[in-house]
Amino acid sequence: MSPARGTRTRKPSATSTPAKKAPTSKQSTTSELPDDRPGIGHKVNLLEAMTRIRRFEERCVELYSAAKIRGFVHLYIGEEAVAVGVSEALTPEDAVVSTYREHGHALARGIPAEAVMAEMYGRTTGCSGGRGGSMHLFDASRRFYGGNAIVAGGLPLAAGLALADRMRARPRVTCCFFGDGAFAEGEFHETANLAALWGLPLLLVCENNLYAMGTAIERHEAQTDLAMRAASYGMVAWAVDGMDVEAVEQAARRAAESIRAGAGPHFLELRTYRFRAHSMYDPDRYRDKEEVEQWKNRDPITRLVDRMRENDELGDKELARIEQQVTDEIDRAVETAEQAPEEPAENLLRHVTSAPVEVN
Amino acid sequence: MGATGQPQEPKTTYREAMREALREALRSDDRVFLMGEDVGRYGGCFGVSLGLLEEFGPERVRDTPLSESAFVGAGIGAALAGMRPIVEIMTVNFSLLALDQILNNAATLLHMSGGQLPVPLVIRMTTGAGRQLAAQHSHSLEGWYAHIPGIRVLAPATIEDARHMLAPALADRDPVLIFEHGSLYNASGELPPPTAPVDLEHAAIRRPGTDISLITYGGSLPKALAAADELAAEGISADVIDLRTLRPLDDAAITGSVARTHRVVVIDEAWRTGSLAAEVSARIAEESFYDLDAPVERVCSAEVPIPYARRLEEAALPQTADIVAAAHRVVE
Ligand SMILES: Cc1ncc(C[n+]2csc(CCOP(=O)(O)OP(=O)(O)O)c2C)c(N)n1
Repeated sequence: MSPARGTRTRKPSATSTPAKKAPTSKQSTTSELPDDRPGIGHKVNLLEAMTRIRRFEERCVELYSAAKIRGFVHLYIGEEAVAVGVSEALTPEDAVVSTYREHGHALARGIPAEAVMAEMYGRTTGCSGGRGGSMHLFDASRRFYGGNAIVAGGLPLAAGLALADRMRARPRVTCCFFGDGAFAEGEFHETANLAALWGLPLLLVCENNLYAMGTAIERHEAQTDLAMRAASYGMVAWAVDGMDVEAVEQAARRAAESIRAGAGPHFLELRTYRFRAHSMYDPDRYRDKEEVEQWKNRDPITRLVDRMRENDELGDKELARIEQQVTDEIDRAVETAEQAPEEPAENLLRHVTSAPVEVN
Repeated sequence: MGATGQPQEPKTTYREAMREALREALRSDDRVFLMGEDVGRYGGCFGVSLGLLEEFGPERVRDTPLSESAFVGAGIGAALAGMRPIVEIMTVNFSLLALDQILNNAATLLHMSGGQLPVPLVIRMTTGAGRQLAAQHSHSLEGWYAHIPGIRVLAPATIEDARHMLAPALADRDPVLIFEHGSLYNASGELPPPTAPVDLEHAAIRRPGTDISLITYGGSLPKALAAADELAAEGISADVIDLRTLRPLDDAAITGSVARTHRVVVIDEAWRTGSLAAEVSARIAEESFYDLDAPVERVCSAEVPIPYARRLEEAALPQTADIVAAAHRVVE
């Protein structure tokens, strides 16, 4: 974690040399009993949460190929440490605003895989009643405010959620996820200015995966040091290794605590990478395989597994248990989505306004 | 005291009526706050919120930076989190910088979320021409907003509506846009005590008549009423309909008036092409075709960015004489 000093001009891609893959020779030494050494349960939870997102999306690829789910589907594979690490720092009272690449955020926020999958299927039981699909997941009960497919469109809204909390003196944090692409939009800068000016309890989480669709960050930002730019608005800004879930969590916790203590908006630039194409429609011609492979060496899930194994914190059995549990969960989600009813066409005009049906 | 010796209601301006509505809203519900450029210290760029900062403080009468998108979006977020924000945008021309937030968030969140996220937000802005402010301050784009499902669009044309539409707008669970025509702020008159709660569903018959329907809203209402006076002097009785709510439109009021008069002029300060007048005309063609004794006429702005020079601006806008002339064409 490096506080922005306003002097760094290095490109994140240059600073983020992929780490050597840690050796995995060590075999399981853990017993059948759950490991109750302090902190290990928590790491297992982090691992499980990341695995859930990974497997969920791998299943989405299959379902998409089978034409079971449609539309724009943006996968988060490779970026799981961001959603999981940040979500760990939030309480149920906090709010989350997300983008169209939000499966990971939604699952990490605790929206059941069943509700997310049903939404992908466009079913009544989906978390948006079948009206949102992959890009518009919502869950009011978990204060998950979507699901915004306009780049940077969620930022002003997040400022408003935070403003309401400030006006009501509620010690809550609003967390807004967005990509590096959002930096080129006026809405980011308007929101950063407003949030810093008003000292809003806002956690701005920039997932810098180095690309906005096919445009590399060097080609869409005049200044690629994003944390430094955010800091120029007068807010605390840190650049963090987004491939290390524990580093992400630690930074997010510090930021959230500071926000709750009244220090105003904080900005995290999480340096990460998406292993897959931008969306299911993208032939991914703008970056070379070598670069992708290099980043895959820093896979956040493998990295955590390796680290835990090195410290004797994770055995084969536990790993298998996690895989099994997650697989079962997703199987169930697909099964229930398949069987869930479709919203009848007579309900087309529901939810346009709060009145039963708009009479116009 | 009036000439008859009866006590008279004191005169109120449209501006004061709007201010009083805001004051009442801020007083009666502590979730309500007003936010926008220069609404506080300056008193609102049209003076509507003058004095409210002193009364309610800077938290609730909140000056914003010049960031239409951010503060409109912040209004949406605050509404989601239980507040009842009133967001003021200086003019509809600048609202285009917030169009993304209004259309892609405020109007769609309820639907996209499957009914989970209503946005109880009021956005006020001025609209219209007539003060020689040239193109970038003079357009009438409320019809564009009336195009959008998920929001309610209001155009208070009278002092009573300026005073009494805000409360029901705030009570609405969905986003409500209020368009205040800039030329109405100085209009003054007596503000009678409210007889019934103002409803946001119905158009109003501002002057009943039998020979021709003049259908309009907002800043064109005074012109339509003046035209009705002139027509009355010639023995032509005009039914003047003030639409009041541009979305959803009060179809029954429109068809009812056409059924009484069989002749229609629609007056709309927006451009004719794709205007609200076009929508009203199309509905009359769909619903009231067999009631018509003449083709529908429209009086709209010329298809030109509104010019600065007085003579040109006047020529671009619907004027009373244009309405009278259109009425003659329809009646003859
Ligand atoms: C306002 C707007 N412009 C363009 C698009 C099309 N678009 C969708 S995703 C995307 C790239 C955004 O990249 P980034 O913000 O870095 O997020 P990432 O996809 O990398 O997570 C673009 C250009 C859009 N959705 N919204």
